[in-house]
Amino acid sequence: MSTPTLKPTRPWKLTPKQRGLIVLNLVIASALSYLIVLLTPMKGKLAYLSIFFIATIVINFAENYFKRGLAAAKDSIATSFAAAGLIVAVVPIFSILFTIFERGRAGLNFGLFLHDMKLNGPNDPLNQGGLLHALIGSGIMVGIALLISLPIGILTAIYLTEIKGIYSRPIKFLVQAMSGVPSIVAGLFILSAIVFPITKSSSGLMGGFALAILMIPTIARTSEEVLLLIPNDLREAGVALGGTQWRTISLIVVPAAKSGLITATILGLARVAGETAPLVLVSGGGDAVNTNPFQSPMGSLPFYIWKGFTFGTTESIARSWAGIFVLLSLIFILFIAARTLSGSRSSK
Amino acid sequence: MSTSTPIVNSANSTPEKRELTTKPRFSDKVFRGVATAGGLSSLVILGLILIFLGYQGFQVLRSEGIGFITGSNWQVVQDNAGNTDLEASTFGIAAMLVGTLLCAALAVSIAVPISVLCALYLTFYAPQFLKKMMVAIIDLMAAFPSILFGMWGFFILMPHVEYWAKLIHRYFSWIPLFKMEIPVYTRSPFVAGVVLAIMIIPIITSVSREIFSQTPLDRIQAAYALGATRWSMIRAVVIPYGKSGVVGGAMLGLGRAMGETVAVYTVLNLVYQINWHVLIGAGGNVASMILLKFGEAGPTETRALMAAGLVLFILTLIVNSIANAIVSRTGGKGR
Amino acid sequence: MINPNEDGNEDMETKSTPSSLSDVAKANQARKQPGSGALGVGLEARSIHAWFGDKLVLRDISLDFWSGTVTALIGPSGCGKSTFIRTLNRMHEFIPGAAMAGEVLLNGQDIYEQGTDVTKIRLKVGMVFQKPNPFPSMTIADNVLAGLKLAQLKSENKDDLLEECLERAGLWNEVKDRLNAYGGSLSGGQQQRLCIARSLAVRPEVLLMDEPCSALDPGSTLKIEETIQHLSSSMTIIIVTHNMQQAARVSDYTGFFLSDGGPGELVEVGPTSEIFSRPKDIRTENYVTGRFG
Repeated sequence: MSTPTLKPTRPWKLTPKQRGLIVLNLVIASALSYLIVLLTPMKGKLAYLSIFFIATIVINFAENYFKRGLAAAKDSIATSFAAAGLIVAVVPIFSILFTIFERGRAGLNFGLFLHDMKLNGPNDPLNQGGLLHALIGSGIMVGIALLISLPIGILTAIYLTEIKGIYSRPIKFLVQAMSGVPSIVAGLFILSAIVFPITKSSSGLMGGFALAILMIPTIARTSEEVLLLIPNDLREAGVALGGTQWRTISLIVVPAAKSGLITATILGLARVAGETAPLVLVSGGGDAVNTNPFQSPMGSLPFYIWKGFTFGTTESIARSWAGIFVLLSLIFILFIAARTLSGSRSSK
Repeated sequence: MSTSTPIVNSANSTPEKRELTTKPRFSDKVFRGVATAGGLSSLVILGLILIFLGYQGFQVLRSEGIGFITGSNWQVVQDNAGNTDLEASTFGIAAMLVGTLLCAALAVSIAVPISVLCALYLTFYAPQFLKKMMVAIIDLMAAFPSILFGMWGFFILMPHVEYWAKLIHRYFSWIPLFKMEIPVYTRSPFVAGVVLAIMIIPIITSVSREIFSQTPLDRIQAAYALGATRWSMIRAVVIPYGKSGVVGGAMLGLGRAMGETVAVYTVLNLVYQINWHVLIGAGGNVASMILLKFGEAGPTETRALMAAGLVLFILTLIVNSIANAIVSRTGGKGR
Repeated sequence: MINPNEDGNEDMETKSTPSSLSDVAKANQARKQPGSGALGVGLEARSIHAWFGDKLVLRDISLDFWSGTVTALIGPSGCGKSTFIRTLNRMHEFIPGAAMAGEVLLNGQDIYEQGTDVTKIRLKVGMVFQKPNPFPSMTIADNVLAGLKLAQLKSENKDDLLEECLERAGLWNEVKDRLNAYGGSLSGGQQQRLCIARSLAVRPEVLLMDEPCSALDPGSTLKIEETIQHLSSSMTIIIVTHNMQQAARVSDYTGFFLSDGGPGELVEVGPTSEIFSRPKDIRTENYVTGRFG
């Protein structure tokens, strides 16, 4: 027996020659689409793209049909379509990110984080005023929403996974239904249940309530998934050691699921941070920093963006883009945090 | 079982079942109570939404009757003192309802093929690194705020979509849906549908991807072992397994599209007229209408808006319930 | 490597009641019709190595499989038997991080050669899995003919093919009245025979069976074994099994795999009766006599 100095090989991977052939096909297809657009009345980007797509399919089909037969040729069509599906789905994302970067840049300056709009109108030059009030307001309202929805969401998840009471099925169903509640309905509900009969004015607290309604199902569903991943052995081991259910869950199950639960929370935050419609209805939007959630309207990032957009002038819209830049950066940070956490959990 | 003398005399009788009950300790009782209360909160909240919106909208609903959802007139008549005259005013949201359904259906029919192909590519074709990256990007897209889609749709996408709409009109105007009497392409239901489609692509993609990736591996391997190509394997194994899950995902997308407010508001021209021609720049949307009217609405009109919200709530609740029922049923079954 | 000419069943006349595995094996070999044995080398594995990630799981396996014979691969769990047979029809590559070295020759052609159409390979080298896995969305008939559809093959007469395959798999009599029932409605053993019939429909030259009876009851196991014996005259069968009695009952040749914590290796291969009666390697002897594993 020879000592294995052999190199592991993967003969099923594409060889450089095959890769070259794929590139060649794409090049031929692009050349073909250029020619066709040049020579026929079809014009425009759409024409280039669709002819390129059709040409790619035809070339791949022909190649595979003659080399490997009909089944392989059909497979090549399916591959082209699936890849096209991915591209179509992803192009808007890059377009959106590019647009935000391009248009948001103009309105970005450090003063944005130091000033509010108390003394400035949306039409003032971009280096005046800022979104401090919106940032603070968003922070307060999302914080209130978190305070309300975190216990409720996690308790719901615990009820569904640990207690498994007689209401489990209906509650699971209702939580799912709740995650589909349109955001404007959440706003209307807070208006009809609290603002109109009781407070009669909009405030940050109302905004927090509305956001909480939207946040509970996200936290509950994600937490439920996380808790379901905790192996049953852990629970049985806890109970077998003489622990009560309460102690088992609070000392063993929940700590084991901790990073997952944090991920669930972060995803919930990311979901509501950009909600606009309910805040337009219930929290109003002051232009000055307001740190009291119980009184007077409170600004928020989405409202700041909304206001700039509906005002409709060049400056105000530039403000909106800068606001979106900030908002999306925050969401992006939250998202990365959630990913990192859940990534480190699953790799363990 | 003990082998000693049986307690029961007659040989054939089975012994009584003994109840196996653990009496929970006090701390556990408290804990269960609290968790149950937390669990029931969703029921309470949904119930309260129904009750309060119904309570606020009751007056309008009673005075309009069925006309609220079949009529297309939204007219506020004020008497001399400046108070709204409920009898003389008419509130009907039929145009808005039709518009909501039209935009949402359009969005779903654009988004589903793209999402399914995308999910298939990610599950069965993409190399590992591309798959990881794209899944993260698409998940991120699902967290984009709707106002972002609205503004991007308004400034960037709309000119393109109007051009597409003109092309569609030129070649397909014989289809009633694409007919046009007045050549106004701006802010049409078609534009709104495309923006909504882009918003729900991440949702449908991730539901489909989830379902596809649950396809039993042994069936996939069995198909490959029979000499299947990737596509014939997908057709024989993945599609039969995942199709109802995809339907569920599409319904979830539909629910989201129906309830979307801000993004539609920015790209749709609200007109109080039932319009089935998607290319014409006149459409309706319940959620956007609520946002539009809310600012200047008096007390009575606000009540009417609450009633409209109630209708929207019930509609999305039904769609979402069906969707979730379908998705959870496919998730658990072998088929 | 196996040489069919030194079959080692000189003492096949000693037909007593089988009391040991070697007796069973001998009795089995005696039952084989003369001339139905080796038709020539069908499938040759040459110095196969396999990796999962950086971990070498198979070292230097060389084995020839003769047409018209049944070869059983035995050995304790985790010794690489399944990995090995999955390299024989290129199912190995579905596992992420998998790699291999060596050659698998099917009729003298390396199936891992560049430009080989892998779907064609899998048509010639069929596979039956551990767990019966009929396609649940298809009827019994559709299941049998699934391979034709999957590989876009044409068949002159589907009904005849259907009957023939079910007949060869020993299932025809049980299902001929309900060909339009769904595959999932059959019992476990019937499902597994349906899977065998499904593999037969594309007319493979080699049939790989990865512990085909491990999920079945003894009665169904017996039926599958009968099926294997029927099939063995016309094709090469390679069966992985944990069950030594089964290896002794159905196979002409037996290979013993073992891993001492490291990569799996082929310890010994030979005619089944020899492996069970006069193994050359002490580790084989320990295993077949039940001293470990």
